[in-house]
Amino acid sequence: MPGDLSPVISVRDLWKVFGPKAEAVPKSEELSALGRRELMDRTGCTAAVRDVSFDIAPGEVFVVMGLSGSGKSTLVRCLNRLIEPTSGTLTFEGEDLLAADAARLRELRRLKFSMVFQHFGLLPHRRVVENVAYGLEIRGMGRTERTKKAMEVIELVGLLGYEKSYPDQLSGGMQQRVGLARALAGDPDVLFFDEPFSALDPLIRRDMQNEVIRLHHEVGKTMVFITHDLSEALKLGDRILIMRDGKMIQTGTGDELVGAPADDYVRDFVSDVNRSHVLTLRWIMRPPRPDDPLDGPVLSRDVLVHEATRVVLDSDKPIRVMENGELLGVVGNEEILGVIAAVTEGS
Amino acid sequence: MAVLEAAKTTRPPAAPPATAPTGPVWAAHRGAVVAGVVAVWVALWALLRNRFTLTLDTASTTDLHLRINEIRDSIDAGRNSNPLFLYVFNEIRLVIDALTNAISGLIAQPAFGRPVPLLGWLGVVAVVMFVAWALGNGRVSLLAGAVFVFFGLQGLWTQAMDTLALTLAAVLVSLLIGIPLGVWAGLSDRVNRVLTPVLDFMQTMPTFVYLAPLTLFFLIGPASAVIATLIYAAPPAIRITAHGIRSVAPATVEASVALGSTPRQTLFGVLIPVARRTIVLGINQTIMAALSMVTIAALIDAPGLGQNVLKALQTLDVGTAFNAGLSIVLMAIVLDRVTTAMSERVEVARLMTPQAIARRPYLLGAGALATLVCVYLSYTFANYAVFPKPEGSSLGYVGDDVARVADSVTTWTQTNLTFLTQSWKDVSTAWILDPVEHLLVESPWFVVFAVAVLLSLVIGNLRAAVTTAVCLAVVIGTGLWSDTMTTLAAVLVATVLTVLIGVLVGVWMGRSRGADRAIRPVLDAAQVLPSFVYLIPFVALFGATRFTAIVAAVVYSAPIAIKLVADGIRNVSATTVEAALSAGTSTLQMIRKVQLPMAREALVLATNQGLIYVLSMVVVGGLIGAGALGYDVVAGFRQSTYFGKGLAAGLAIVMLGVMLDRVTQAASGRTGGAKKR
Repeated sequence: MPGDLSPVISVRDLWKVFGPKAEAVPKSEELSALGRRELMDRTGCTAAVRDVSFDIAPGEVFVVMGLSGSGKSTLVRCLNRLIEPTSGTLTFEGEDLLAADAARLRELRRLKFSMVFQHFGLLPHRRVVENVAYGLEIRGMGRTERTKKAMEVIELVGLLGYEKSYPDQLSGGMQQRVGLARALAGDPDVLFFDEPFSALDPLIRRDMQNEVIRLHHEVGKTMVFITHDLSEALKLGDRILIMRDGKMIQTGTGDELVGAPADDYVRDFVSDVNRSHVLTLRWIMRPPRPDDPLDGPVLSRDVLVHEATRVVLDSDKPIRVMENGELLGVVGNEEILGVIAAVTEGS
Repeated sequence: MAVLEAAKTTRPPAAPPATAPTGPVWAAHRGAVVAGVVAVWVALWALLRNRFTLTLDTASTTDLHLRINEIRDSIDAGRNSNPLFLYVFNEIRLVIDALTNAISGLIAQPAFGRPVPLLGWLGVVAVVMFVAWALGNGRVSLLAGAVFVFFGLQGLWTQAMDTLALTLAAVLVSLLIGIPLGVWAGLSDRVNRVLTPVLDFMQTMPTFVYLAPLTLFFLIGPASAVIATLIYAAPPAIRITAHGIRSVAPATVEASVALGSTPRQTLFGVLIPVARRTIVLGINQTIMAALSMVTIAALIDAPGLGQNVLKALQTLDVGTAFNAGLSIVLMAIVLDRVTTAMSERVEVARLMTPQAIARRPYLLGAGALATLVCVYLSYTFANYAVFPKPEGSSLGYVGDDVARVADSVTTWTQTNLTFLTQSWKDVSTAWILDPVEHLLVESPWFVVFAVAVLLSLVIGNLRAAVTTAVCLAVVIGTGLWSDTMTTLAAVLVATVLTVLIGVLVGVWMGRSRGADRAIRPVLDAAQVLPSFVYLIPFVALFGATRFTAIVAAVVYSAPIAIKLVADGIRNVSATTVEAALSAGTSTLQMIRKVQLPMAREALVLATNQGLIYVLSMVVVGGLIGAGALGYDVVAGFRQSTYFGKGLAAGLAIVMLGVMLDRVTQAASGRTGGAKKR
């Protein structure tokens, strides 16, 4: 993450335990070390989020990824306190979020956060425009103003012409656009996405992912995105947090996860990825050997493998990976084919 | 699950597998145990017949009954001095009386110093049509108008308005209490947990039985009628409202909270509007229940159509009863259609074109104006106030003809179809009803007691057995053991018939979309009718006998049983059916081995509901010669010396209801549990 900016959201040692006497679990070293099954047997509690810490930079798309039951949805709900964390600290723009009372929390939810849900959560009895304006309405904004604002957002998400429809007259993808518009209408600082596209068909899902990328370019909001789909995570995320059984396994950029998986779980997870589309040359370059001719083409280390393939294969000499005039390493046919062949093998 | 059951019975009890329920040995041979108990019972009955039967003459009373009479007398004496009455019951009565009188003075009875109600028939018809149109649609408005004019033509305008006024008053109070309570129960699990058993009890109690105790506190008249109706009609409003609030998608509520709604904003902006349609359905149920109860409240002198039916039934004047019964049915249809149209209004409003939306206020304004003109006319001119009646007729333009036609149809069937109705009645009475009744009534009380407790244990569980023991002990205490057994016999026979019909028709409906489409509307319509009117056609067919009450009870309770079975069959997963089909299952095998076993919970529930409905109807049958407890209750209303006995009979009925309900519930819990294993 860019180190020169102070984080928007900062999470430290966050726990969420469900069950009787939940607060005892994070405090006790013994209990907090127990696995899921043993904890259930000993205390009747489930730890959905275990000792999670991370920072999110302004304008970043931060993806939390994990399989169902990994605690990712609980984690995102802790961030706007739809679920009350059991222990830990939670800072938003320097403010201690856990100290906020109900009124302050409502204010933050109205002005700073908004959320997009997997099952949309639209109001079936209201038209699209009234759904989008709902957040503004509960702030007490007048009808004319909020309708105007809602219409702007409706245009932004490409729903113009549907503003008078009811949610059940729209397709799933369109309904989620309404959910997106509702979240954007309040002009929040942070958008939370809880598996927003899991319920959609693959083609529509791809459209919506592109929509999110486009919106991120246009409005530049900070986004926290929950998903169980690795390709979605890699496509959208500046950084990705992988969760398993409530614990953080690894945090990093997409190529970091693929190039240097923290453990077998992550390695297994990323094994099906088309590596040539994720890895850059820095992950496959090797130190030059004495017999390497060092006058081949030059490429930057941030070039994706699949972009470099043609150059490498066309050249009879290994290409040089250079930065600021310094030779970082070389990439030859062998390295490129190593990545490409792994893909063929995988599929 | 049939396979599982079969495996259970053939498995040696000595070596149950680890996962099998570790119940007593008899649990594995339930059917055999039941058969054994019944066999022993029959043997004991043959041995000890007609001894220790605790019989009490129809005309006799026990000390307890007399004691209740004394208590009533002392309550009557203290009505204006006891602080509980002065500050609580009398106040409630005065408020409700005032409300009822106000509504009644508006549409039914002379009031406000006028010889006629404020609104004459023309005004009422106009207002009803306008409301039905504005809240529902044009079709139901026309229906309502036609039916209300027909009331006048039947010569029953005033009675119909009395019934409507009382219904409206009761519905108003029910909703005022029911909807807030329902919302609360929808929001809070704790409130829901506390309310559910209370509502269960209110709904299982046969309507008949709480009329008498209420008159003790609120006197005979509208207040008691309204409160009795409230007890019966508020539960659906509470339950359905709570259900509506609970069924709002959690994502929707969460989205609202995440946007920063206050709890109040979430309640009024999301929960109630989203649940609106369900809540209106609850209102519909409440109105139908209220109408049904208001007609029964004729027994405690509530005015209206119920009075006409009751008097005519007592004199077996089928024609007059039919005329009034027809009014009740029509009233029920109108109220049902109008409130259903109200609940559909949301969807209809959605489909309106922008032009139609723009036009609507003007149309409504014009309608309101026309209504006001009619109201003014009916306020001012006698002809529009009192429904005109031809000279020398007792029942108005068509009422006499309706009564005459009904009478001649009755006479015709009784002369020409007797061979059918009579033989059917005689055969069923001799072969089904009599044996069961003899067995129950002529066995010594302790034998029946022991058998009932044992069977509760086997069919249900230990708790059900304890409940049965307590309930039967109370019945012995009421001094009405023998009458209770007679009623129980009728209830059991009627329930078996109901379940039989439920399974036959329900399976058919569950398997065939076409049958479902054809039958369901009929069942829906039948469920809307007040229990009272079911008696009329069967009195016409079979005269006033035990058998008539049983047939009426079966017909009254069959719709709910059929629907439950049909839904149970329909809910069997399509994949399972498909899998069975691909294994080469025949139609009969499919029903017997797949669909019925998998719908077992629905079957038990149908039995449970059937029992409750049958019990309430068998008791009402006391009005038309079914005798036993129902008769005791009715006698309690009519003659003050039998007040205590009537009250005791009411208690016995409640005990019977609780016992049957608990045992079937326990049985259903057991099958539910078996399914989970």
